[in-house]
This record gives sequence, structure tokens and C-alpha cells, in this order.
Amino acid sequence: MSMSPTLSNADSLVETVKARRTTFVRLLWANPRARAGLIILMAMIVVAILAPVLAPYNPTSTNFIPSQAPSPRHLLGTTLQGQDILSQLIWGSRNSLGVGLAVGVIATVLSLLIGVLPSIGSRQVNTIFATVTNIVLILPGLPLLIVLSAYLHSSGAFTIAAVIGFTGWAFGARTLRSQVMTLRQRDFVIAARLAGSSQLRLLVREILPNMLSLVMANFMFSILFGILSEAGLQFLGLGNVNAVSWGSIIYWSENGSALLLGMWWWFIPPGAAIALVGIALALVNSGIDQVSNPRLRTVAKTKKGGILR
Amino acid sequence: MRFFLNRLGFLLISIWAALTVNFLIPRMMPGNPVDAILAHFQSEGAPLGPNALHALEQQFGVAHSSIWSQYLGYLQNLLHGQLGTSITYYPLTVTQVIERSLPWTLGLAGTATIISVLLGTFLGVYAAWHRGTRIDAGLTTVTMFTSAIPYFWIALILVYLFGFELHWFPQFHAFSTLPPGVAWWKFALDILYHAVLPGATIVISAIGGWLVGMRNNMIQTLGEDYVTFARARGVRNRRLMIAYAARNAILPNLTGFAMAIGFVVGGALLTEIVFSYPGIGMQLLTAVENEDYPLMQGIFLIIALAVLLANFFVEMVYGFLDPRARQGE
Repeated sequence: MSMSPTLSNADSLVETVKARRTTFVRLLWANPRARAGLIILMAMIVVAILAPVLAPYNPTSTNFIPSQAPSPRHLLGTTLQGQDILSQLIWGSRNSLGVGLAVGVIATVLSLLIGVLPSIGSRQVNTIFATVTNIVLILPGLPLLIVLSAYLHSSGAFTIAAVIGFTGWAFGARTLRSQVMTLRQRDFVIAARLAGSSQLRLLVREILPNMLSLVMANFMFSILFGILSEAGLQFLGLGNVNAVSWGSIIYWSENGSALLLGMWWWFIPPGAAIALVGIALALVNSGIDQVSNPRLRTVAKTKKGGILR
Repeated sequence: MRFFLNRLGFLLISIWAALTVNFLIPRMMPGNPVDAILAHFQSEGAPLGPNALHALEQQFGVAHSSIWSQYLGYLQNLLHGQLGTSITYYPLTVTQVIERSLPWTLGLAGTATIISVLLGTFLGVYAAWHRGTRIDAGLTTVTMFTSAIPYFWIALILVYLFGFELHWFPQFHAFSTLPPGVAWWKFALDILYHAVLPGATIVISAIGGWLVGMRNNMIQTLGEDYVTFARARGVRNRRLMIAYAARNAILPNLTGFAMAIGFVVGGALLTEIVFSYPGIGMQLLTAVENEDYPLMQGIFLIIALAVLLANFFVEMVYGFLDPRARQGE
């Protein structure tokens, strides 16, 4: 079977994209911040997957002595209802990370569809989508989420993820769109256009491969947005309070007046877990920033400060 | 002028969008809010009169008229400033409830936002000027952490540390019950005292974005040729930092305001709830818990309008300061 020229062309394209991607990943891994973030993230994902093995007890069992401070038996103590907090924390990572990941996927796909795809259309199409993005961007997200979840009543994890994803795509759409607009003015894109490439081909072959790092940063940002929003909703009791997640542990601690009883072990660990994911994602993001925007790299230390470049 | 009309047009379109979203939500969601409201009144032993029932049905789209006439009726009611009657605070209207709680939120979140913008911008300039040093690394790292932490968790920790353990600040509420006839300045001090912890929560969470944004803009600006030239000419460092670089780096940071204010509003809601602060966020949660749909939607509308107006105002200032914004797009 002989290869047609177009096919081999496509193959070489795949090769270049792959090569570009591996150098990007290698650069990212070489960046200490990004590496620290990626290691934390992977560790947490492993904990979520191995929850049945790692958790010492059943997270919903109420058979333990209530309101116990941390001890060797219960490393993070017990709740007012007599649940083991460490087990809740480990099982809760499934819900929290799962919702975050789902939001990340939904919001990124939407921001690509709404922010990037219309750039191949006519001017009017572009203006309409840009205006819609800008409107959704400035409508206050959390109040909208609260109102929506109030109508939905305690719903499943996927509904929550979908609602958060559908309210949280606008920021990504706007950043990606402005990047497309910048790239369209670059010489190599203009050259490809003059060579007769169609708009779609321009977008897929020339523009998208050059903004992969931005798409990835946007994906990370959406995951963080998802985890924080889910925790916020659960904390307000608007998600499913009976599902074990980091947010719902804090909800129950508020409900059981952990603050007034001084039960710090009840609300500090779940918040710390959320913060840890947040910090890991922020580390990866700032690593992406440093790799893809060389101006922000702090290469040389200066003696007096303020020396240019 | 064209820029002004353009932004005004966008403001009007976005207000219309907010109104329409507010109109569509109860009609698109499963369940019938009117039933919930009726059940609530029945259980209180105060059945609604036919007039109130009609008003409710109009507001939530159970009316037997077409969706078009419902929509027109809804817009007409809003034009007359009628947001309906609150269920939780019956017989107060939604407008009255909002009037009582809005000042608290504006005072708390507004002041905290201004503090975090000023402080964040200042520290960002400072970090950029000393970039590559330990101070810069420390500032950027710390703020990267604080902006990744949920607002309500910071609030809980502050309450626990400074309210419960150390008793430095009150744990909850916006003011304490003082004896009658107490001097107004004592009351004012009491309010300030209660606002310290919730205010600190908002500042801690919001400052990071401003700091990092300002730092990155500032580094870009410091790389511009005119700054290099000014330095070569022997312009003093302080003047170079403030009059040459910072003044130009501030502008792009302002565009982030649209996004920032949304996050601040959301964070302020959660902060209020942790501190039982009697603002609009606390009322929103009360409304949700009591299935008080008129109050809920009124609050959403007010928050949306406030955010849209604030954004419009900032864009006007931005357009005034930067001629390029007036010509662009």
C-alpha cells in the first residue's frame, strides 16, 4: 500500500506536534514549581483511586466515640456524629477531585467551542460570540450558581459539575479568543492563509498547536474553579450533603458548631486538602506561565534590584 | 463619544441579559416554586389572598398566559421597582429586605476591595522592582497560596484563631447590642471592631490576583525602551519606578477588574455567611434555605446590576485614562 502525499504530510504534522508537546512537557517537568505541583496532584489522584484500601474505616459509619481529638486510633479525630474524619477525607477526595476534573473538561470544551471556533466564521458571528462571552464573564458566578442549585435541590455530583461548568467557561473563552486574535496577525499564519489554507485548517494546523500551553493552563484553572465552587456549594448545603466530599465535611462541621466547641480537627483538614489541590494547580500554572512566557522567567539575580532584563 | 456609546450599549445589553436570565431560571428548572411558597404559607396558617396568588403566578410563570405576556409583565414590574414580597420576612417586600442588608455588604466588601486593590498594586510594584530577590519570591509565593485557598476556610480559621482561641475579635455578627443612648462613635467603633475579621478574610483572598497582575505588567513595562532610555538619561530610581513604569503598568491591571469583582462578590457572600454578617449574602442563604424564591431572585438581580454598573464605571475611567482603549475594537 503506497502512501498518498497528503497522508505522509499529516503524519509529519502529527510528528511535529508530538515533538513540540514532549519538549513542552519536559520543560514543564524541569521547572521546579510545576514539578512540585504535578507530584502533589498525582499523589492526590492516587489517594482518591486507592480510597477503599487506604481509608482505615467506613466513612459513613457512626460507630465511634463522638467528638474525639486526634489520637493514634483516629489520626484526625472523630465528628460530633462519631465518624472517622481521616476516612471521610480520603473518600471525599473522590467526589471533590472528580467534580473538579469534570468541570475542567466541560469548561475547557465550552471555552474552545465558544471562544476559539467562531474565529473561523464571519465578522458578525465573531462579534456575537464575543459579546455573549463578555456578558457571561461579568455576570456574578457564585450567586448564579446558588440560585440554580436552589432550584435543583440536592442533586448528584454530575449535575453539580455540569452547572458549575456551564457557568464557568467564560474566562477561558475570553483568554483563548484573544490569543487566537493575536496569533492570526502573525506572519506564519498570514503566509499560510495566502498559500490558500481554509479557515478551519488555519485554526487547527497553525493556531491551535501554538496555544496548547494556554489551553492547558486554562484547563488547570477550570479544575481549580470547579473544586472551589463545589466546596463552596457543599459548604452552603446546596449540593448533596449526604455525599462525602471535602465541602460537605466542612458543612457538617459548621452544622455541628465545631467552631464553638473548638473542634479544629473537624474543619481544618478538609479545607487544607482543598488548599493543597489549589496550591498544586497554581504551582503548575505558574510553571506553565514561566515556560511559555520567557519574560517572566527570573534568570539572573540582580544586586540592587531593578536592573533591566 | 463613540467609545462611551459603545460601552453604554454593552451595559444595556448585559443588563437585559441579566434580567432575562433571572426570568428564565424559574421557568426552566424542574419543580414549581409557587407550590413551595403556597405550602409555606399554608403551614404558617396564613393562606394567601387571590391577589398575592396572582402576583406569584405571574412572577414564576405558572400563569396561564403566554410566556411573552409573562415576560412583558415581568419587565413592567421591574420598571416600577417591584420585586415581589419576601416569604421569610412577610409582609416586607423584597426591596425593603435588600435595602436593609445592602449597606452592610457595600461597606464591608467595598472597603475590603479598595484596600486589597491599593495594597496589592503597591506590593506588586514593589515585587517587580525587586524581582529575582527573596522579597519578590516570597511575595509571589505567598499570594499564589492565598488565592488558591477557599474564602470560607480562611474565614473559619480566622474565627477559630482570633475569635475562639485568642478572644481578640468577636466571632460573629456585625455589631453587638449596646445599651440605648450610647454615643454614636462608640457604635461606629463597635461596627469597625466587628468588621476586622471578615474584612481581613476578603483582603487576604483577593490581594493575590492584584499583586501578581501588577507585578507581571510592571515587569513588561520595565522592559520597554522608554524606561531603558530614561534610566540611561539618569532619571532617579524612585521617579522611574513610579512616574515611568508603575503609571503605565496600572492600566492593563484595571481590565482585570471585571473578572475580579465577580470573584470578590462570590467570596464576600461566603465570608458573610461564616460570620453571620447581616449583608446580602447572608440574606441570599436565608432565602435559599426557606425556599423564598422572590427574595432569592431579587438578590441575584441586585448583585448582577451592581456588578454590571461597577464594571461600566471602571471601563469609563479606563477609557478616560487610556486613549488607546477608546479607539480599540
